[in-house]
Amino acid sequence: MQTLDLATTSLREMNATLQAQKDQTNATQWSIENPRGAHAIAVGLDAPIEVTVRGSTGYYCAGMNKQATVHVTGSAGPGVAENMMSGTVIIEGDASQYAGATGRGGLLVIKGNAASRCGISMKGIDIVVQGNIGHMSAFMGQAGNLVVCGDAGDALGDSLYEARLFVRGSVKSLGADCIEKEMRPEHLEILRALLERAGIDAKPEEFRRYGSARKLYNFDIDNAAAY
Amino acid sequence: MCGIVGLFLKDKSLEPRLGQLLTEMLVTMTDRGPDSAGIAIYRGGDAALSKLTVQSDQADADFATLAADLGAEIGADVSMRRADSHAVLSLPADKAQDARAALATLRPGLRIMSDGANVEIYKSVGLPKDVAARFDLAAMSGTHGIGHTRMATESAVTTQGAHPFSTGSDQCLVHNGSLSNHNNWRRKLKREGVRIESQNDTEVGAAYLTWKMQKGASLGEALEGTLQDLDGFFTFVVGTKDGFGVVRDPIACKPAVMAETDQYVAFGSEYRALVNLPGIEAARVWEPEPATVYFWSH
Amino acid sequence: MNDHDKRIPQTVPIQSATFTNPINAEIRRAAATGIYDIRGGGAKRRVPHFDDLLFLGASISRYPLEGYREKCDTRVTLGTRFAKKPIELDIPITIAGMSFGALSAQAKEALGRGASAAGTSTTTGDGGMTPEERGHSTKLVYQYLPSRYGMNPDDLRRADAIEIVVGQGAKPGGGGMLLGQKISDRVAEMRTLPKGIDQRSACRHPDWTGPDDLEIKILELREITGWQAPIYVKVGGTRPYYDVALAVKAGADVVVLDGMQGGTAATQDVFIENVGLPTLACIRPAVRALQDLGLHREVQLIVSGGIRTGADVAKAMALGADAVAIGTAALIALGDNDPKWEAEYQKLGTTTGAYDDWHEGRDPAGITTQDPDLAARLDPIEGGRRLRNYLKVMTLEAQTIARACGHNHLHNLEPEDLCALTMEAAAMAQIPLAGTDWYPGKPGTSY
Repeated sequence: MQTLDLATTSLREMNATLQAQKDQTNATQWSIENPRGAHAIAVGLDAPIEVTVRGSTGYYCAGMNKQATVHVTGSAGPGVAENMMSGTVIIEGDASQYAGATGRGGLLVIKGNAASRCGISMKGIDIVVQGNIGHMSAFMGQAGNLVVCGDAGDALGDSLYEARLFVRGSVKSLGADCIEKEMRPEHLEILRALLERAGIDAKPEEFRRYGSARKLYNFDIDNAAAY
Repeated sequence: MCGIVGLFLKDKSLEPRLGQLLTEMLVTMTDRGPDSAGIAIYRGGDAALSKLTVQSDQADADFATLAADLGAEIGADVSMRRADSHAVLSLPADKAQDARAALATLRPGLRIMSDGANVEIYKSVGLPKDVAARFDLAAMSGTHGIGHTRMATESAVTTQGAHPFSTGSDQCLVHNGSLSNHNNWRRKLKREGVRIESQNDTEVGAAYLTWKMQKGASLGEALEGTLQDLDGFFTFVVGTKDGFGVVRDPIACKPAVMAETDQYVAFGSEYRALVNLPGIEAARVWEPEPATVYFWSH
Repeated sequence: MNDHDKRIPQTVPIQSATFTNPINAEIRRAAATGIYDIRGGGAKRRVPHFDDLLFLGASISRYPLEGYREKCDTRVTLGTRFAKKPIELDIPITIAGMSFGALSAQAKEALGRGASAAGTSTTTGDGGMTPEERGHSTKLVYQYLPSRYGMNPDDLRRADAIEIVVGQGAKPGGGGMLLGQKISDRVAEMRTLPKGIDQRSACRHPDWTGPDDLEIKILELREITGWQAPIYVKVGGTRPYYDVALAVKAGADVVVLDGMQGGTAATQDVFIENVGLPTLACIRPAVRALQDLGLHREVQLIVSGGIRTGADVAKAMALGADAVAIGTAALIALGDNDPKWEAEYQKLGTTTGAYDDWHEGRDPAGITTQDPDLAARLDPIEGGRRLRNYLKVMTLEAQTIARACGHNHLHNLEPEDLCALTMEAAAMAQIPLAGTDWYPGKPGTSY
């Protein structure tokens, strides 16, 4: 285990060190001490390393992650794992708004609650939230899966494309062009696998599935009010 | 566009540290607002007395014999405590209106930052750490306070444009965001006789609350009104004599984090602002919901 | 009819200046279809522009430089504020962001070839970076847009600069809707969208709002790219003084300011024609913001929107820009709206010079299309040669003017080298009306 202490190491040095592991992957275990809500911690990583951030982070922790596993023991600020490509990001606490925004791959697990716009514009990422999510989540979601074990806020899946949304609790309201869809066996399988990967004990059968009604896919005057 | 901090103490033993804790929170938000900074601090007052916080660009001249001059003018004992460009005048509460009127002629260059039994407002252009040092904010004790660091968007970088804005006796407001219909509201409120001095959107937000409450609304009702009447993006934090409140617009894009323990309730634009608070690791930390008014009081 | 009636003069038909034929046609079109008009390009209405300014050549009070012989430098370095690797360009004319998707792969390649041959940069667009484009561009600016289509850290690190797009001149404050015709298999895959659907794009970035957040976003992008590449921030011209100041406060290395004549692949006509400031009116407030912050020339300003000639380049620079960007003009250089396709334009119900249905993907010139047969009409090598020639001519033109004003570098052009032909241009550019020392809002000096 190698330690980088943000009380004594600059953000630049910490990120440069972790980013350099792409070419020298002997050191696979890293610990980041004293994050104290700092922004852009462990961004742009591209190596199969495991990074544990001991505390809470500011904006964009693990942004654009590839391959790495980033584990935050506290809560994460806005835009955690934004545009993640691959790898795994786990937040023990809560996540602020924009969690997993525009993510293209990998798995984001939030053990607490996620605030508004969770999975906004998601493009292939899988997001599993053990608690609740806030309003406008999965807005314009294009691909990937968003699993919510708790409740969802207002306007879930507004202007949704092909992202799949699974919610176990209540949905305060659905956004434009988002509808409940039939949960077929293949969806239960996807869900079971995601919950297992996230290490969350929940029954897939208790979830409902939501997806795009696809009415906004090509302009039709009869749907103008939904734009 | 800014950073906001707020700290409401439940545990009296923390009161001597209020200024120090708030100053640390404020300085952490420098990146969000490097242009100016301000703080409203509520500290135990004598209900029979009113405090007027005044500011002057020519403080030495204006403050020299101010207490005596004002006392003679309104026929009451006036004491004064100076902090750099600001001074706090203490006088009998029933003379507060007289004092406001008298100051306008005695010292036309003075600006009244706040009045009330408990509130004092200090604000200035400059980096938050410099502003805090100028007023020695860290040494101030109190029950609760709110602070603001400003990145000016469309109005001038002046003391006048700095937050907090006073909205009435013992009331003040800070704002992060950008209102999009403040010009229409400024015109309307001016027609209604509400005093507005700057082109700042937040001052209009403050004036709006003052106006609503003059018309009989409670602070909670006035805050509810902002959700209907004010357009654009806002997170407001307001201070009152014995509490503070938070409201975010329905879109709620601007960041807001709250933390609560047995000892305090705290607000920060970012979690970073809260990390020095005692026991923050064990605090309940959450984000205020959109279009929801939150309020804590003693 | 009796003789008396014949003597009464008849009224002649008078067309309304308010309800013109084009307006009436648009009302009928809206009534028939129920959707607003979407088109490409920039504002077509006449607005005060660089044409309304003239240069004051040197004579006795100042001395001109000898054309072709005495040096008139054109080089510009962008991103000197924070980036470890600023961009060095031979000429101050760059190619603006236009997406693969909006344009064919061949057109993107041609832009890369032409710009590289001329020693300048080209820019990706809303749709990601293609290998063809990267391969053919020696200097490539990678746009960071609200949609984030195709965004990935590898391309980010391959970029020579990153341009955070907040807005564009054709539609400041707008997202938009691109109809599905151009979402081909490859475009769909790059954007992670189903083929053939309308693309609705957001007007705000998904994970930040406002300058205080932007500062943190810029920090993240710099941390991912090791502080190497310059970060540009692009805004549409609306409140340039404030927007430029805030982009700079948020940490931009370069500000790109796009006036309302700037083009777009597809936006509502009502947006293009009715929102935004003319380019001419944008520049002085933007420069003043940089001067007030003490950062003019340290944070570089790129101006775009209706730049067509070397004279436009010189005028923008005299008003304080460090460089310009061209989009529509580059497409015309490649062959867009060329008269040789007139018969085909007629079939599409339009004519040479008026073709703006770039979103429909049926461009006869093969530029704004994803149709393989149409796209094959543009030879990227020939297109690149044409663009290089055009950039060369514009540079020579700008140098000709600068020398005539006595300058050995385009950067040394000043507002005082200009006069204005109209009151409007004088007011907007704060340039004295020709023959006077006065512009609206300024007291005269009596020299």
